[in-house]
Amino acid sequence: MSAIDTFLYLSPMAIGVSMPILAASLGGLFSERSGVVNIGLEGQMLVGAFAASYVSVRLYPAIGAAAFWLSLPVAMAVALLFSALHAVACVSLNANHVISGTAINMLAAAFTVFFSRTVTGSGVIDVRGGIMRYTFPGLSNIPVLGKILFTDTYHTTWLILFLLLASWFMLYKTSFGLGLRSCGENPHAANAAGISVTKYRYVGVLLSGALSGLGGAVYALCFDKGFTGSIYGLGFLALASLIFGRWNPWGILGSTVFFGYASTVANVATVMPAFAKFPTVLLKVFPYVATLLVLVFFSRTSAAPKAAGEAFDKDKH
Amino acid sequence: MPPVIEMRNITKTFPGVAANSNISITLEEGEIHALLGENGAGKTTLMGVLFGLHRPDSGSVYIRGEKRRIAGPPDAAALGIGMVHQHFKLVPAFTVTENIMLGTKRFLLNTKKAAADIAALSARHGLGVDPHAKIEAVSVGMQQRVEILKMLHRNADILIFDEPTAVLTPQETAELMKIMRSLISQGKSIIFITHKLHEIKAVADRCTVLRAGKVSGTVNVADTSAEQMAEMMVGRKVSLNVVKPPPREGQPVFAAQNITVWGARRETAVRQASFEVREGEILGLAGVDGNGQSELAEALAGLRKIHSGSLTLRGKDITRASVKKRMRQGLAHIPEDRGKRGLILDFSLADNLALALYDRPPFSRHGLRDFNQINLYAQKIISDFDVRAASGGQTSARAMSGGNRQKAVVGREMERKPAVLIAVQPTRGLDVGSIEYIHKRLLALREDGCAILLVSLDLDEILELSDRVAVISRGRIAGVLGAAEADKNTVGLMMAGAGKGAEVT
Repeated sequence: MSAIDTFLYLSPMAIGVSMPILAASLGGLFSERSGVVNIGLEGQMLVGAFAASYVSVRLYPAIGAAAFWLSLPVAMAVALLFSALHAVACVSLNANHVISGTAINMLAAAFTVFFSRTVTGSGVIDVRGGIMRYTFPGLSNIPVLGKILFTDTYHTTWLILFLLLASWFMLYKTSFGLGLRSCGENPHAANAAGISVTKYRYVGVLLSGALSGLGGAVYALCFDKGFTGSIYGLGFLALASLIFGRWNPWGILGSTVFFGYASTVANVATVMPAFAKFPTVLLKVFPYVATLLVLVFFSRTSAAPKAAGEAFDKDKH
Repeated sequence: MPPVIEMRNITKTFPGVAANSNISITLEEGEIHALLGENGAGKTTLMGVLFGLHRPDSGSVYIRGEKRRIAGPPDAAALGIGMVHQHFKLVPAFTVTENIMLGTKRFLLNTKKAAADIAALSARHGLGVDPHAKIEAVSVGMQQRVEILKMLHRNADILIFDEPTAVLTPQETAELMKIMRSLISQGKSIIFITHKLHEIKAVADRCTVLRAGKVSGTVNVADTSAEQMAEMMVGRKVSLNVVKPPPREGQPVFAAQNITVWGARRETAVRQASFEVREGEILGLAGVDGNGQSELAEALAGLRKIHSGSLTLRGKDITRASVKKRMRQGLAHIPEDRGKRGLILDFSLADNLALALYDRPPFSRHGLRDFNQINLYAQKIISDFDVRAASGGQTSARAMSGGNRQKAVVGREMERKPAVLIAVQPTRGLDVGSIEYIHKRLLALREDGCAILLVSLDLDEILELSDRVAVISRGRIAGVLGAAEADKNTVGLMMAGAGKGAEVT
């Protein structure tokens, strides 16, 4: 196989994997742009994965494949409620955002495994079917692009890409977005302009819950075919993408696709002759080393919202 | 015609303090009304009542003759009252237009139209603001104009300026005065809060002076001298002019040679700075905020690495010396941010006052602290420097007011009888009485032979106290002037980046 062929072969998988990361990363974008650091993305994804799997299994006998689609909004709602814990801690109680986020991650791991045990007895929920791949007739024959974008895709990919577009529009073209970003940059200025910093930060965190819940659900239904008790650090990859993408929707798209390819290489390379000459260990650690290097080189930039992670105290200047 | 604002018999009590008692003030249409008072005199509370941040215990507010209940800043804005805050409420990463649009209720942003409106408004008032410029890229004076524009864009016709000149160069201050007058000619009315008497003399029509929560008088500025207003504010005679004996021709004790310092973002904040401070002299370092003076002062004190160049104290090289070593050599430092670097806010005042000496006899022996000695020492500084703290040395530093915190830091540093004192904005945010006192102590220290580097954003302070003035602009020392040639105009131009001896226009 030539390099191009290898690339095309990896693409459907890589694009597919990058979408859940993209969803969660957009969630992180809303949260951090509003001024709340959210390292609880991992936990929120996990809750989304669990909720989607549970709803799918429960409803599948009654309504068939529609259960998978119905499980997505449910997963978003459950993760949104879960993220409300983070919002209350960080916004209303002025807790340290990193500590609260860590607690969210620990709580999510315990909570989901506990409930899936009570449901299935094994701590694992198997979903039969899940969301299936789809190849667009006609469009998939376009050279190169057809293979990357229209072959073996998931409909959720288009949903998440639409959300990306919507997020960009919301953040940069509406007064809501301007207000949200001002809360992350200088909450005192926002407050003086009559904006409720508390309200916007709540909205930011809750959106991060809904979007990362969606990401977790999509990963569970497309790839894991159920809940396995882990989301494999995708939430942290989403956080890394946020930094690598410089807190900007299009940058985040680029960085999540990059991580999508990196993790696909790690997963399928062992069976591909093109990668046979590399030691397996090297391929397996590749996405993590890549993440580390990216963060080392890109986290020094000043693109982060200036007030992210800071409690807003009206009386302090 | 009724006054645009009339506040009648406002009383506001906070637990234990009468912040405003029976204050009445009127703002006539088309006047600039100065509000003068020391810190804690009640200016902020009074404006808080006007903006609906505090509900008065009694008294009422009339706007254009009608009694109004103002429940919060939006109500005030709806009545056409706007404030230009001392700390700008701007988002540095946003453009001028985005900042002015912030808080708009329309869901979809029409940036193009807003930018055009802002450009037109700016042109009408002669503000010269570029609506597409990012706030972080424009000067402080320009940022202030954006604040003014923000108020005008919201149709405010009663403007309140809260100590607007604290951050400006003399030229920018003059520009601001011009803008204020032009606003008046366009039918606006202004309340001008300031400490600086000569600015009141220059621009205000009337002045209301507050002292300890009460009005001590409202005067016509044209008929009242600055000394009289100062006396009304402080309650006793204040000497506004610093009397200082001629400098002695001392030896240089503190010398910087081609010092380069990096800033927080690894940019070159100070470039090749050289100067020396002599025994018994005050060298003033003048400059607009953000031109490298903070980094330079930190580097001299040992809080920031000196990237290249050398620093000597009494002939000894201390370029790489630790903070402690520098202190032992006789260097003292009154830091810019007293909350962050001057004091440990959660420690008691006594512990804070012994902070530089805690590990030495008599304050500690064999590793054990001697609380008696520490308290005695603290007591001495507290009484010498008139630090007011509710429970003496045991007061938590956090519970003290800004002025008293500053006096504590100043007292601690001066009490050590340093050979060199780096004083960074030693009177920032203090009232006239405290400023007078700290100036006196600085001059006394100078008489004792201390070499003092005075870093201040307040050019008047620099010119009054200094024997020589160094001007810093964009990280470079633009020149060092003797007291005789250092006048406001020359120094101001050098601060703005013009070289020594540039044409004055």
